Amino acid sequence: MTASGTFGYGPEFSDFIDVARLGAVIVKGTTLHHREGNPYPRMAETPSGMLNAVGLQNKGVDYFAEQIYPSIKGLNDNIIVNVSGSQIEDYVATAEKVAHLDGVTAIELNISCPNVKQGGMAFGVTACGAAEVTKAVRKVYPKTLIVKLSPNVTSISDIAKAVEAEGADSVSLINTLLGMAIDAERRKPVLSTVTGGLSGPAVKPVALRMVWQVAQAVRIPVIGLGGIMDWKDAVEFLLAGATAVQIGTANFVDPAVTIKIIDGINEYLDRNNFSSVQEIIGALEV
Amino acid sequence: MKKYISDLRLVSTEELSSDYFLLKFTRNEPLPDMLPGQFVEVKVDNSPTTFLRRPISVNYVDKGTNELWLLIHAIGDGTRVLSALPVGSVVNMVYPLGNSFTMPEKASERLLLVGGGVGTAPMLYLGAQLYSQGFHPTFLLGARSASGILQLDHFERFGEVFCTTEDGSMGEKGFVTQHSVLASKPAFSRIYSCGPKPMMMAIASYARKNNISCEVSLENTMACGVGACLCCVEDTQKGHVCVCTEGPVFNINQLKWPI
Repeated sequence: MTASGTFGYGPEFSDFIDVARLGAVIVKGTTLHHREGNPYPRMAETPSGMLNAVGLQNKGVDYFAEQIYPSIKGLNDNIIVNVSGSQIEDYVATAEKVAHLDGVTAIELNISCPNVKQGGMAFGVTACGAAEVTKAVRKVYPKTLIVKLSPNVTSISDIAKAVEAEGADSVSLINTLLGMAIDAERRKPVLSTVTGGLSGPAVKPVALRMVWQVAQAVRIPVIGLGGIMDWKDAVEFLLAGATAVQIGTANFVDPAVTIKIIDGINEYLDRNNFSSVQEIIGALEV
Repeated sequence: MKKYISDLRLVSTEELSSDYFLLKFTRNEPLPDMLPGQFVEVKVDNSPTTFLRRPISVNYVDKGTNELWLLIHAIGDGTRVLSALPVGSVVNMVYPLGNSFTMPEKASERLLLVGGGVGTAPMLYLGAQLYSQGFHPTFLLGARSASGILQLDHFERFGEVFCTTEDGSMGEKGFVTQHSVLASKPAFSRIYSCGPKPMMMAIASYARKNNISCEVSLENTMACGVGACLCCVEDTQKGHVCVCTEGPVFNINQLKWPI
């Protein structure tokens, strides 16, 4: 799968890869109303990664449903909409609208965006808040409900258990880690928002650890992401217990990376005489 | 325009001036068409601090030799690694990206191309394209001193060239906006510019005051280059838009610059 916010809506990459071959395309974070996002600058390159503070720039769910969705329907069998908001009513209203789109097979509930002032991550940092928003959306959304978890918490397993209890079908983790970059010469923060979300290979060990912990704690499938750059990283997440993986920041470095990872996983399975990827999910020998 | 991702081979590197390098790349198949103002995203290997690709303007495309020219100002880790690559190195690129400068409508138009520092890079390819379509562009190049005026011989192939340097070591002393060619008659009908933002803003301000159509090429910090990450946005009359896909070239009327 492609991680939300790193793959646009899909067509941006169709010159480079056959988008239909991907397990799913998770489109850009979508909110009830149009959002302009945060002011520039929104990005800082960091050692083995980057910070972003985009702030959920998108044209709102109605524009998505009417203008974007018709043009991407059929691009991939699994189009998943990442739904975000700043209050529970917004999440619910957005999920209801997305539920009407036949070609969208799931939503990923973003309760972990660190770049919006209200809501977003606020729901994702307490088990109570995460449960509350999951429960409300579960009532109106009958299809697959994935909840994307924030790593900026003390115990991510507790959050995962809380959303599982409220009917989430799956959890995806991790969203970005809250970070910061400073320009020493100018004595100013690099990002307009001062802090932003760290992604890329720098976060991979943290993501792996959290996927491992959550996979032990819940029965629902875990989708792993965080700094996956190649097939080997992806296999590590599967071994740690992820049923599927998302590729995010790596798309910026190599727009054809997703297909290379799919092929690489298949070659790994063949080389090690596994007949199915199922055999390596959670197969870590501790 | 279709975008490509492929390896290109470094044919030559020439140090034009201190920290300024002209890199020429080729590939076995003919290079695709590229438009003036477009850029390429260059992958930098073996530089631990360079995680993302580097967006670099198309400086020139030589169809005869099947070469893509990139002008690089080696000021960061990524550009320093690129400038030190041995000839024959294979470099992965995504190209061509972004929009392009608008070609003039009338053959009689008087065109001014203003470049500052490494921002002169796209002006060469734009000038070459204008020249090949029968226009006679005027170039105005600015730098701190004579050593910063790059590729003068190439610019002279495509039009008349004027220079300004801050220390007066070449051309007129001062900034591009103070050059006497701006007052020449008949007045310019169209200005294209790329360079440091204060320079482009000064040119944009001049163009607006004198009712001259003006396009500028922006270089906001960028990650993906294909409109996916929404990092490189510029605040425009249409709201936040990606410089990598809606730009890098903007008419100054699209921008919200305080000019």
